[in-house]
Amino acid sequence: MDFTLKIWRQEHARAKGKFVTFQVKNISPDCSFLEMLDILNEELVDKIQLPVSFDHDCREGICGMCSLYINGHPHGWDDGVTACQLHMRKFKDGETIVVEPWRSKAFPVIRDLMVDRSALDTIIQEGGYVSVNTGQAPDANAVLVSKEAADLAMDAAACIGCGACVAACKNASAMLFIAAKVSQLALLPQGRIEAKDRVRRMVRKMDELGFGNCTNTYACEAECPKKISRTHIARLNREFMCAKLIAENTL
Amino acid sequence: MALAGLFLILFLLVHLTINLFLLRDDQGAWFNAAAHFMGTNYLVRIFEYILFGGFLIHILMGIILQLKNWMSRPVRYHISNKSTTPFLSKYMIYTGGIVFIFLVIHFINFYFIRLGFIDTVHMENGHPNFYLVAKELFSLPLYTLLYLVLMVGLGFHLYHAFNSAFQTLGLSHTTYTPVIERAGLIYSIIVPLGFSIIPLYFWLII
Ligand code: FES
Repeated sequence: MDFTLKIWRQEHARAKGKFVTFQVKNISPDCSFLEMLDILNEELVDKIQLPVSFDHDCREGICGMCSLYINGHPHGWDDGVTACQLHMRKFKDGETIVVEPWRSKAFPVIRDLMVDRSALDTIIQEGGYVSVNTGQAPDANAVLVSKEAADLAMDAAACIGCGACVAACKNASAMLFIAAKVSQLALLPQGRIEAKDRVRRMVRKMDELGFGNCTNTYACEAECPKKISRTHIARLNREFMCAKLIAENTL
Repeated sequence: MALAGLFLILFLLVHLTINLFLLRDDQGAWFNAAAHFMGTNYLVRIFEYILFGGFLIHILMGIILQLKNWMSRPVRYHISNKSTTPFLSKYMIYTGGIVFIFLVIHFINFYFIRLGFIDTVHMENGHPNFYLVAKELFSLPLYTLLYLVLMVGLGFHLYHAFNSAFQTLGLSHTTYTPVIERAGLIYSIIVPLGFSIIPLYFWLII
């Protein structure tokens, strides 16, 4: 398969970027999108040109590193997959593909298609954890968890923190990301203890870091490679409102 | 935002009920009585301030929210987002703008008369006869047409607003959410339609 690629190139965070057009030929339909970019980069290196920078790690849809905005969709138009799992057979032969970096005030471009997503880590540091003292592993049945809660928490825990929700949202809001983290922990007894503080701090941090607000457009849900549901955002809102009604540092 | 919105949604129902009195074949007796009651009753007057507060909070918060949201993406995408989303949800600030235009016109035509800022020829025992004011306005085809267009905008705004408010308040439920969604659709059709029947009645029938 042959493709025309229009790729965003930007030397560094403060440089002025522009789209550069490349042609790639004889691409196997079984190539993943990232493998196709690897082929392009090898050709560029052969021609002693700078390869296109893009983030990747596991290449099996579990690490959340790949982050490409392909033809108007984060991770491309295919349902429930990350860019590393998107195959070239999903495109038409000869198609022009426009590749852009995630765009958000909170995700500055580092180079080409690579953006700095440490804002998401900063939010996690605000409360996306459970404080435990180290010691013996507790008995599995010491804390009871209902099947429903365990399943829902598991669905929320599927979030790989790639930031596609932010990239898709017309407001560049990280609500689905935070909702997944808050939900996952709020649904389990171990996470309930710090639930109120967690939701307050994570939402406050999100605002501080320049993410937008949720206006219930649900582009996040449509583009999430892990299919995190908007119902988690409703749970986040619920948790947030209850937490706000109670003064800080009180039970 | 959501609470103020839901409050305004409730208010629209009260307003529509009173407006529908205009359709009674009594030369506006019921409607004027209701308008008189609304204009003089102390409880209603207090409620009026709460209502303005609701409008103010909703409008100001809406604008601030939108500005912040626009600023959250300083560099736009070359290819705008193609995600499948509820269409109207992306244009709330614009449909809200339409509702605001309507509000301004509405204030000039009715509320300012009640406050005495604007004179009207339709006075009766020292009180404005709003039935005649409405009748006169709706006899103008251009005004009626504008009213109808603005009502469509209101319907668009309400359609997303209704469901969205519940989601923002964290009310999401496997059984009730589909019911709320259906209720939102019905509400956003019935209310603007109800308001639209009145000018059409005056324009075409009377
Ligand atoms: S590279 Fe790990 S999810 Fe795509």
